[in-house]
Amino acid sequence: MRTPLTIRFLTAMPRSGWIALAIFALVAWVLVPVAHLALPEGHPLHVSDYFVTLTGKVLCYAVVAVAMDLIWGYAGILSLGHGLFFALGGYAFGMYLMRQIGRDGSYKSDLPDFMVFLDWKELPWYWVGSDSFLWALVLVVVVPAAIAWVFGYFAFRSRIKGVYFSIITQALTYAAMLLFFRNETGFGGNNGFTDFKRILGYSITAPETRLVLFGLSALLLMCTLLLGRYLVTSKFGRVLAAIRDAESRVMFIGYNPLHYKLFIWTLSAVLCALAGALYVPQVGIINPGEMSPANSIEIAIWAAVGGRGTLIGPVLGAFTVSLAKSWFTVSFPEYWLFFLGLLFILVTLYLPEGLVGLWRRIRGARDKAPTAAKSEPAQTSKDDSRLPPDAATKGASA
Amino acid sequence: MIRRLILLALLAHLTCLPAFAALDPAQLARLGAEDSDEKIAAIAALAGADPEAMLPIFKAMSEDALYLAGDTLIRVEGDNYIDAASGKTLTPPPDNIESITINNRVRRTLDGALAGLRLFAAERDVRLAAAKELTASASAEVLPLLDKALAKEADPQIKQLLVLAQAKASLGSPDAAARLAAVKSLADSADPAVRQLLAAMLDKSSGSYSEPDEAVRIAAVASLTQIERRIAIGENLGRVFTGVSLGSILLLAALGLAITYGVMGVINMAHGELLMVGSYTTWVVQGLFRSYAPQWIDAYVLAAIPLAFMVAALVGVAMERLVIRHLYGRPLETLLATWGLSLVLIQAARVIFGPQNQEVANPTWMSGGIELYAGAMLPLNRIAIIGFALFVLLIVWLMMQKTRLGMFVRAVTQNRAMAGCVGVPTRRIDTLAFAIGSGIAGLGGVALSQIANVGPDMGQGYIVDSFLVVVLGGVGQLAGAVWAALGLGIVTKFLEGWAGAVIAKILVLLFIIVFIQKRPQGLFALKGRFVEN
Repeated sequence: MRTPLTIRFLTAMPRSGWIALAIFALVAWVLVPVAHLALPEGHPLHVSDYFVTLTGKVLCYAVVAVAMDLIWGYAGILSLGHGLFFALGGYAFGMYLMRQIGRDGSYKSDLPDFMVFLDWKELPWYWVGSDSFLWALVLVVVVPAAIAWVFGYFAFRSRIKGVYFSIITQALTYAAMLLFFRNETGFGGNNGFTDFKRILGYSITAPETRLVLFGLSALLLMCTLLLGRYLVTSKFGRVLAAIRDAESRVMFIGYNPLHYKLFIWTLSAVLCALAGALYVPQVGIINPGEMSPANSIEIAIWAAVGGRGTLIGPVLGAFTVSLAKSWFTVSFPEYWLFFLGLLFILVTLYLPEGLVGLWRRIRGARDKAPTAAKSEPAQTSKDDSRLPPDAATKGASA
Repeated sequence: MIRRLILLALLAHLTCLPAFAALDPAQLARLGAEDSDEKIAAIAALAGADPEAMLPIFKAMSEDALYLAGDTLIRVEGDNYIDAASGKTLTPPPDNIESITINNRVRRTLDGALAGLRLFAAERDVRLAAAKELTASASAEVLPLLDKALAKEADPQIKQLLVLAQAKASLGSPDAAARLAAVKSLADSADPAVRQLLAAMLDKSSGSYSEPDEAVRIAAVASLTQIERRIAIGENLGRVFTGVSLGSILLLAALGLAITYGVMGVINMAHGELLMVGSYTTWVVQGLFRSYAPQWIDAYVLAAIPLAFMVAALVGVAMERLVIRHLYGRPLETLLATWGLSLVLIQAARVIFGPQNQEVANPTWMSGGIELYAGAMLPLNRIAIIGFALFVLLIVWLMMQKTRLGMFVRAVTQNRAMAGCVGVPTRRIDTLAFAIGSGIAGLGGVALSQIANVGPDMGQGYIVDSFLVVVLGGVGQLAGAVWAALGLGIVTKFLEGWAGAVIAKILVLLFIIVFIQKRPQGLFALKGRFVEN
């Protein structure tokens, strides 16, 4: 018997989850805007521009972290190239923002400034339609999806996985970064896109616009969490976890892992791209540096710090690491890399289940009640003792 | 012969003063003429005079140290005022002197004349440099000088350059027969500049050929094809060579990775930073030699090799013991942890050595190059690196095939559980293999320091490339790594020549993705019954 979709959707999360979501929505859509617009500056509860921009940015990061968790935590695929999809989404939307500048650039031309600088006379073919908002949205979704699909198809079909897959995704984003650094590629080279003026005719620096973008980021995060929740509690999610734990066995039972992996991989890429598209107008710049391998691997550490295989963990991780970064790079710029490096090492060594796992352990110790309610996947005997199942990816519920 | 040359050089120094007597003061004074054309004429006339006497005067002129006092030409050397014609120091210095200024047109002529004069210098290097300069900017004015120099020159290399310069200069001659001879003799060249010169003769853009004589044009076409063929061969040879040299760097970087990946199945993302450790060790050793044993400075590389190996191996053992050991069986998390290690190492290098690049100088026996073929210059440092890579490869091969340790390493690579069952101490082998792999990366760092700048993030770019070598070659096979590294190096260089560095990188990546579709085990897979993990 099939459960109706709405019921299935509503029951995907316990009541406490829905309440938490409602509180989050209330804060993001009502309290923050009111505190930002209505309260005067200097009021103790006033929310500053800086706070709105920073939090909006981190909300986008959180979406990326959840997208990363969907493939890493639930499907066992570690991508070290997710920054590519994030940046592609940003670039696709950035094209629209560049066209919205109109004749207000420093060269007073219809073309974006960098094209005037390169002495180009007309837009390249892939810029056609970039002045349309809808077309920009289409590009944001379709381009990363197509690239992810094609790459994923070939990679998963020949069953590239594990570190092979990780390194090849890293090489992919590295190559794309080099490509975007070139001026001839037509995306502004080194400097990328910046100096945006307006979006859909509204000034991009106006507080109202910022709040709308902030609210949209929050909405995207909530949708991502809900979708993720729905997916991982469905049959699809169970097959995915099975593939993660024992791919050969899943194949012997008669599933083709290709379609499952390909779907979650492409979905994850699209989520990243959407986050990127929301990120660019809030930060006001997109350049090839976003595609650097270091950025992509930082996404993985967000998921790892929060706790893989849980959906709320990556959100926590993204917030913790990004806020730590904002604080460190201002206060101790020398030591940020040390801290980040040690974070990578210590989290993988001592916190394999991340902050969520830590919290569970503390709670479990306090209540002295075994948390064995969580389903532990059976120990799979793999064909090569070199690679026992990933001990850290066992817990599969948020 | 050499002794005689040295003697001549000494004599030239001792006797340079009396030689000035031969110069005509009136003609010298024309160098100070108001009119630029007259100055040029004077330079041309004086270029044929005694070379040794004219050299200091022209030099002074190009350095703006030439003055005119009435009709006497004076050159200033430090605080001394010297009468250019007689070479005598004037005391007290004459008053009322005016400086001689020269514009760019005069300077060009002057530079040509200076190069021409240097053709008669006693030192071979000076003559060679002058001949090269003249070949690059040959013009009809220096022809008589070239003839004179050719008659005196004994060195074959310089002679060849002079003939080329002469031919180039006579291309502008009004006599068709002279041009024809020149075009024919230029066929031996492999110089892109000559190609341009000949192509310009066949230029028809202004309606008629710029070369009026048909016989000369036919000869020019023939010479042009020969030159082009030679340039193409030279370029391709050069590419193969740089490809092999890139390949040997890749090999040094990948050999260590192949061992650690083969044994433990984990990719050490800090492998590139071990290269950096090796490079910085070389830099430190160079600094120590500079301050404590400057007479042995050329040997610093030899001292750096074992040291770099040990330092990198120690860092590697520390990484293995402290981090990687605890992550066995979790390859994806090892990627993250070792990435963290690489960040820490990079930042440590930045704090200790500063963020700027450090320069490691080639020892003298490694600088310079061999000209294998026209236009294909093989730098000695790259040749040394290729040789070094071969040497390391030989050592690693011997170790892997002929020693007990190597046998254990191979056993663990093939089947860890079974090796453990028959008594191989797998954990100790892991540490040792990691030490060796890291040490080889350190050796790669020594090699890299000889051709690239040493900086904190120099190793970042190598991890992906060396992993691709390992993927391409197949795990656990030295031969695979060798072929993959060389192939990747050469293919990259050819693609770079054809499409530019960025596109080449992307194409290589696409190629590897397609390649893995066909042969997921790499070029040389181990034979045996394996089930994917």
